[in-house]
Amino acid sequence: MTAEAYPVLEEPKTFFLAPLSKPAPGSAGKTGTWRTHKPVVNLEKCTGCLLCWLYCPENTVIKLENGKVAIDYEYCKGCGICATSCPFDAIEMVPEV
Amino acid sequence: MVVKTLTGNYAVAYAVKLARVQVVSAYPITPQTTIVEKLSEMIEKGEMNARMIRVESEHSALAAVFGAASAGARAFTATASHGLLYMHEVVWWAAGARVPLVMAVVARAIGPPWNIHVDHQDIFDQRDSGWIIAFAQENQEVLDLTLQAFRISEDPRVYLPMMVGLEGFILSHTMAPVDIPDQELVDSWLPPRRQPYVISPDTMYSMGNIAPDEDHYMMRYSMAAAMEAAKQVIDEVDKEYGEVFGRSYGGLIECYKCDGAEYYVVITGSWAGDAKKAVDSLREKGVPVGLVRVRFIRPWPRERLLEALSGAKGVIVFDRAVSMGSVGPLFADVAQTLYPLGISMKGVIAGLTGVDVKPGVFEEAIAGFIKEAEEGPVFVPSEWLLPRKYRGKYPSIPREVIAR
Repeated sequence: MTAEAYPVLEEPKTFFLAPLSKPAPGSAGKTGTWRTHKPVVNLEKCTGCLLCWLYCPENTVIKLENGKVAIDYEYCKGCGICATSCPFDAIEMVPEV
Repeated sequence: MVVKTLTGNYAVAYAVKLARVQVVSAYPITPQTTIVEKLSEMIEKGEMNARMIRVESEHSALAAVFGAASAGARAFTATASHGLLYMHEVVWWAAGARVPLVMAVVARAIGPPWNIHVDHQDIFDQRDSGWIIAFAQENQEVLDLTLQAFRISEDPRVYLPMMVGLEGFILSHTMAPVDIPDQELVDSWLPPRRQPYVISPDTMYSMGNIAPDEDHYMMRYSMAAAMEAAKQVIDEVDKEYGEVFGRSYGGLIECYKCDGAEYYVVITGSWAGDAKKAVDSLREKGVPVGLVRVRFIRPWPRERLLEALSGAKGVIVFDRAVSMGSVGPLFADVAQTLYPLGISMKGVIAGLTGVDVKPGVFEEAIAGFIKEAEEGPVFVPSEWLLPRKYRGKYPSIPREVIAR
């Protein structure tokens, strides 16, 4: 499409609400409260392979500067995929109290 | 400016070309097919700089132009009858997403049985979706209304998609002289496309994700506000169009022979032309009758109608569609609008499924209503004006059939 064909964006002139969203952390709220079990990383065993980081469906596995991982408990729903995917048993699912 | 003899469908195509539409997508259906056939010819000849997207269904046709429009293109599609029903889900998506878009609907009856002739059932089926819905009476108006549709739909006070209705075969395949405006004049009148947002890799918007119920409610409220604002925009655009191109139609409604009228016909679409002939004939006989042609079904021209009909003694409404189990959709809206006036009203269900209604039939129905109303208050929500071969053999109100 040529540049001139691009539309002129103009602010709506009446009260306007459209069904739009932008990717942002926690758009559904603090989903960490949904958890019944929480993943706890054993940094002794963690090799930094990042499989858990790759598999986490919620992007709540955080890459640390030392190459290992931590969990973002604000949004982690406790599904346990990280624990299951870890080849080194470095993540344990601990019941929430 | 050049005058050509065009079918209603070609009038749509010429308007779409003049509006410099960039994306067209459609699936063929009678009586719409020749609109996109003509557009595809124009694109192929290089007269029009647009992409034609071929699709496997009407659902995809509207989805394709909806996508193109969301991404910033001026887009157009056309359909009719079953095709429009097949689109129905995307009709709501386009309106709810507030994406400016124009679609021509060549009104045609809905089966079964298969029937390619005109009635208004298909377009009234979209009534509540949030689209602006208009009906033309003649081929010149089809071209003018299609051009105006882009202006209305893309107005920042509106930002809603718009349907341009024209009647199958009566307009779509019947030729009449049509004045085609100069491209330069259209370019100076129709601004570049405006829209509230563009979905692209740069903007990273996602449309339609799940949202809190309260916010969804407010989106509906926002559409309702836009519909209210559209009333003024429609009248304004029509007036301005008249100043630039020399033709305007009255905006939301057209008043015909309203001066000195005591009784009124309310009607929409091209068969208003036949009703006007009946009004002419009654006027010659000294009957004080006028006609209001509803050009826009949505937004409903409540204020304009109340103003035009404030002095009326009675109103007869002709519907070419029916809400089964209730009344004609046009009558329902007229009745809720004129309720405060407490005048005589009758709704007539006629011309369904392509049944021709000639000026003489209109005249008889109008004269009959006026005679009744002169004798005392009349309120008949739906009277069926049966086809000639069945008239007199069945009662005009179906519920009376039960007693037999």
